[in-house]
Amino acid sequence: MAPTLLVQTISSVVAASTPLVFAGLGETLTEKAGVTNLSLDGTILLSAMTAFAVAYLSGSLLLGILAAMLVGALIALLVAWGSIALKQNQVAIGFVLTLLCADLSSFLGRPFVRIPGPSVPHLPIPGLVAIPVVGPILFNHNLLVYLSFALAIGVWLWIGHTRQGLVLRSVGERPESAYARGVNVHRTRYLYTLLGGALVGLAGATYSLSVKLGWSHRHTAGEGWIALAIVIFGGWSPWRVVLGAYFFGALKSLGSLMQPAFPDVPTQVFQAAPFALMIVVLVLASGDLKERLLALMHPRMRRLLSGMVRAGPPAALGKPFEPD
Amino acid sequence: MRIEFRNLDKCYGSVRANDKISLTLQSGTIQGLLGENGAGKTTLMKILSGYTRADGGEVLLDGTAVTFASPAQAIAHGIGMLHQDPMDVPALSVLDNFMLGAGRGLAQQRKRSAAQLTELSRQFGFALDPDATAGSLSVGERQQLELVRLLALGVQVVVLDEPTTGISEPQKLLLFAALRKLAEQGLTVIFVSHKLAEVEALCSRAVVLRTGRVVGEVQAPFSSDQLVMMMFGQCFSRGGRPAAPLGDEVLQLDDIAVHTHQLSVEHISLGVRAGEVIGLAGLEGSGQRLLMQACAGIRRVGSGRITLAGQDMTHEPYHRYLQERVAFVPAARLEEGMIAGLQIREHVALAKGNGHLFVRWDEAEAGARRLIDEFRVVGQPTTRVQELSGGNQQRTLLGLLPEHLRLLLLEHPTRGLDVESSRWIWQRLLARRADGTAILFTSTDLDELVDHSDRIVVFSGGAMSRPVSAADVTCEQLGYLIGGRHA
Repeated sequence: MAPTLLVQTISSVVAASTPLVFAGLGETLTEKAGVTNLSLDGTILLSAMTAFAVAYLSGSLLLGILAAMLVGALIALLVAWGSIALKQNQVAIGFVLTLLCADLSSFLGRPFVRIPGPSVPHLPIPGLVAIPVVGPILFNHNLLVYLSFALAIGVWLWIGHTRQGLVLRSVGERPESAYARGVNVHRTRYLYTLLGGALVGLAGATYSLSVKLGWSHRHTAGEGWIALAIVIFGGWSPWRVVLGAYFFGALKSLGSLMQPAFPDVPTQVFQAAPFALMIVVLVLASGDLKERLLALMHPRMRRLLSGMVRAGPPAALGKPFEPD
Repeated sequence: MRIEFRNLDKCYGSVRANDKISLTLQSGTIQGLLGENGAGKTTLMKILSGYTRADGGEVLLDGTAVTFASPAQAIAHGIGMLHQDPMDVPALSVLDNFMLGAGRGLAQQRKRSAAQLTELSRQFGFALDPDATAGSLSVGERQQLELVRLLALGVQVVVLDEPTTGISEPQKLLLFAALRKLAEQGLTVIFVSHKLAEVEALCSRAVVLRTGRVVGEVQAPFSSDQLVMMMFGQCFSRGGRPAAPLGDEVLQLDDIAVHTHQLSVEHISLGVRAGEVIGLAGLEGSGQRLLMQACAGIRRVGSGRITLAGQDMTHEPYHRYLQERVAFVPAARLEEGMIAGLQIREHVALAKGNGHLFVRWDEAEAGARRLIDEFRVVGQPTTRVQELSGGNQQRTLLGLLPEHLRLLLLEHPTRGLDVESSRWIWQRLLARRADGTAILFTSTDLDELVDHSDRIVVFSGGAMSRPVSAADVTCEQLGYLIGGRHA
């Protein structure tokens, strides 16, 4: 592959993976607080449709994006209310909302199917884009992509290095102890569920306005589940979630690059391959095999690596909290 | 800070946990709060520290009535509580735990907090590594972390709920020294316990609760008999258990080794005779649990031989051990010993099932009634086991054991139980010796080990000491052995 083609491919992977970065980071924030928002697949569909419809009707991209984030936050509010106030099963709530939102997106989105509409304009950053290799990969995109970079760094800093991040982690790990230290557990959980939902909505907007332009029936189906899987196998660590999002994007574009080379293989194989490959990689990255590979390494290397790959769900994930 | 309770009431369902409690606690002292399990000690302290609210009555601090809506409000008024299970976040580091809930704003002040943590730890002789995760610490260390954290928040009253459960002897001494120091500095220390010896050693004044009421207040020096009288309404003497003749060798361990990724136990050789009671002492996680599991057939041994009544049982599956009349009563009663969610009679049906397709409910019901009567369980055949108190769970577990056993393995048989329940349980256990049952049990309670064992082995970091005769050993000597030193 020619160097320029490689750079172009990587650049397109970065752009195409942006929605997964948003959704993955949003869900990471939510789950760090101990709430699982399982409705991602439906939320992304409904917010993608909303973003396109609102931007098309109003002529304002910003309005479309904000409407999508609002939709994401509202669905998250239902999840939070159901699981925190009503103490219902989060998995059940998430599933029902997934189905409901998906059907709603098809129903409400009918007038907007396959019509040309607005998209977020391309905006190379002057100066930076001229840097060889790095420039075209990182700085030849639109504002949403740059926002995802900033968000990745921001979420990582927030969770790991601020007082509020510490509060967030404690609420997801052991709410009783957080409560004993004066943390308002329910408020924290509401807050991060809404924030996470808004970011998932932003992921939907990024699909219909930047990655897969426009709207069609089941436009983004499956992406929400991928985002959920990335959060789990990324071990609830923001930077690994971002890495996972890009990796899945790379697998997908590899599929479409390979397709012309093997005309006899049905196209469905290339479409399905990334999902299967993702599973293999995720198992390698999080399973027993990882432990065995680590055991073969030099102790110093092992200590360094095991710190990086350590993964565990927040201990109180999915558990309602009630003070005495 | 002077604390006054006036006519405090608290009900949980139909149980009166606190019944018109009126009390005054002076500052600058270590106050003991004594009582058996379920006497209402923890409830009273939870009201004081904002974890729960009273149904009636009031709490006064230096004469001013206060009510706390949350533990944070109590801390703001200078009252902090250390729970039996330390209220920290195991996944976070020691320093993170120390900082959590202190200070405002977005930026963390890690350096300043670390310096404060180190300084406070140094004052009390605690060795806390700021970067270790709290979950990797022992219970005693997590308790130390909670204590310095509360002190850093400026509390004037420290409540400790059964703080010596599950901590080592050196940690206990360190804690007691710290509490004395705090009292000297003018803080009020409230020491909640059901252990007489500890209250006698530490407190200047003790209040005894029974069934939610204050039954008496006593000044040091205390008379043990008087305290027991108040706690239980009766007096009994310790020790003096009847001797039982020892029979043939039941269990023979030859150079056993058990390995896990955390700990290896090696070179264990031990012979146990029928009717003999062997106590396994040591800090939690020193290897005694692995040995128990190996003897029960639920953990594979790496090498060595296990012989049961002359038969080689090494590498035999668990059900063979059951056939050979070996029983194991694990420490985690609800997690490993019983099935939470099932009723007592369902447990009876499971344990005494006779291979029929349909459960004979009348038989199970009758069996459960017999168990409840004989083992004095407070509950009904249809009570779900998780609703029983810890002591009643343990009685039920013992009631479910098969009648004639060759080897009985017990982990912490009386952990968390009050003196009277413990005494009763040991009476039942020792009665089994007449049948030729050999007993192996683990405990962290030195008195229990010395009182009930024929011989004691001490585990330290996976190594087992030579067996010592319980009649010739003192608690002090055992304490040294457990700490990995020789007396």
